[in-house]
Amino acid sequence: MKILVCISNVPDTTAKISFVEDNKVYNKNNVQFIISPYEELALTRALELKEAASGTITVLTVGLQDAEPTMRKALAMGADDAIRVNTEAKDAMFVAKQIAEVAKNKNYDIIFTGKESIDYNGSQVGEMVAELLDIPSITSVSGIDVEGTTGKIQREIDGGYEQIECEFPFVGSGQKGIAPEPRIPAMRGIMMARKKPLNIVEPVEFTDLTQVITHTLPEAKSACTMIEPDNVGELVRLLHEEAKAI
Amino acid sequence: MNYNNYKSVDYFNLDDFYSSEHKLIRQSIRDWVNRSLKPIIDEANHKHEFPKQIIKQLGALGAFGPYIPLKYGGAGLDYISYGLIMQELERGDSGIRSVASVQSSLVMYPIFEFGNEEQRQKYLPKLASGELVGAFGLTEPNHGSDPGAMETNIVDKGDYYLLNGAKMWITNSPIADIAIVWAKDEQQIVRGLIVEKGMSGFSAPETHNKWSLRASITGELVFENVKIPKENILPNIKGLKGPMKCLNSARYGIAWGVIGAAMDCYDTALNYALERKQFNKPIASFQLQQKKLAEILTDITKAQLMAWRIGTLKNDNRATPSQISMIKRNNVQMALNTARESRQILGAMGISGDYPIMRHMINLESVITYEGTHDIHLLITGFDITKISSFK
Repeated sequence: MKILVCISNVPDTTAKISFVEDNKVYNKNNVQFIISPYEELALTRALELKEAASGTITVLTVGLQDAEPTMRKALAMGADDAIRVNTEAKDAMFVAKQIAEVAKNKNYDIIFTGKESIDYNGSQVGEMVAELLDIPSITSVSGIDVEGTTGKIQREIDGGYEQIECEFPFVGSGQKGIAPEPRIPAMRGIMMARKKPLNIVEPVEFTDLTQVITHTLPEAKSACTMIEPDNVGELVRLLHEEAKAI
Repeated sequence: MNYNNYKSVDYFNLDDFYSSEHKLIRQSIRDWVNRSLKPIIDEANHKHEFPKQIIKQLGALGAFGPYIPLKYGGAGLDYISYGLIMQELERGDSGIRSVASVQSSLVMYPIFEFGNEEQRQKYLPKLASGELVGAFGLTEPNHGSDPGAMETNIVDKGDYYLLNGAKMWITNSPIADIAIVWAKDEQQIVRGLIVEKGMSGFSAPETHNKWSLRASITGELVFENVKIPKENILPNIKGLKGPMKCLNSARYGIAWGVIGAAMDCYDTALNYALERKQFNKPIASFQLQQKKLAEILTDITKAQLMAWRIGTLKNDNRATPSQISMIKRNNVQMALNTARESRQILGAMGISGDYPIMRHMINLESVITYEGTHDIHLLITGFDITKISSFK
């Protein structure tokens, strides 16, 4: 079984968000980067599937050299090798094109993405990769087992779950539930990741379909005013005069 | 309390000196502490119970003998990695860090350094995985700071050694599968032995009623005519320098570990001070609380700088025992002061089991005494300055 797990290098969820270059570019200074959480869960499940049967796990990132620490983490978790497409990740179509180009002749049985990266939240890359490779796309994968060359997949749908089967190859976008918790790399894994191959490939040319005009931060939340439980009059006054909600 | 987004303090940008691998190691142990230790540690302390399940988890994680080479089951990492592992474990609990310290520095280290190849192959991989638990026996009922006067002894009986004596204050002893025991031979030379559970005449009763390190298990090692096979002696060391080298490694880990306890206290106190309101404003706005917080952060930063430096010296095999004495003493005192000041910031809530500070504080009362007392480490520095021993 050959599995490709596409991981993106995203700011830690507690990172302070700011922009530079006329609000067009995210300010990476002093920001810790992590594997996007849904992809980390998908990688964890991919590792379990490999360990239950056999096979290889390759992780792929579209990104510059600063993405390599998170790729080394993926190798420390247990991936066999890594591929970095040496370019800044632009929009979803650009990233999908780069992934599909790497994957097209490699006969991966399953390609995992996350249901969305937690920075730009596009929720498109997995579906686009599937289309470009002309293979099925299964979204919102909240559980997966493999029997022979068939994936037995649980998808989360509105109000419940859907069980489906799909023959290899396919693209699955993982979400919460695909693995209970991300795997923590062991110290030996971290040591051994040093020697695992991290191959760098150059990107294919592709004209950007979208351009970022600007980013806008949400308005700061106003302070919360606490009112004693027996002071309903004050609550009504504030709602009427300040919040103008009533 | 949500620990999952915890960020350690780094006022002097020491992270610039750590590799991405060091940071990954730190984050991995931190993730394990947040996920598997923080949720259970307070109850374990309350109940005075060692959470045994963590042994295998720590083994799988690679927290035992991280600097032991891969071929013996270790991770082959450097000493800064070991320090960061200890720091993160002790952010969870000093007792749990003690378990890892003993297994790594006091059991695996002497087998690796002073053992023969058969002993290394036989014990190290199983100690690394947590399949075997180890203990270290040096301190005796009548000999703590003066281990050279130990009474535990071996007599050569031809085919075996006959071991008699007793050790006390031994972390892990009641659950240990093997113990590294230091005893004097007939020529009064200190030798190291591997004593195995189940040997006739060997018992390891638990020490009850501790008010400190309540989540780790402590006991005695009692030897009554225990026959020790000759192949169980550590062949490559003679004299008190054997156990002292082990303690040197363990003290190094403690110097890092206690920074973790201090960080947890500081983080708790800072968050509390920002949220707790008196006189209609957060108590963090009052000068006396800011003084406490500023001094704590200064002290932690100094300890971090010392730890990073001793780590680089240890990696170069240049760290002296006296330097390690100085940093062990300094950093444990720093952590204990931090716990006490942090406890004050929380006021009455500081004594509550809902916060970790009091647990850290009572743990650190052991840490300041074990592996060389606070006073003895000062005298080691005094000796290093003057070349005059004040305790002999």
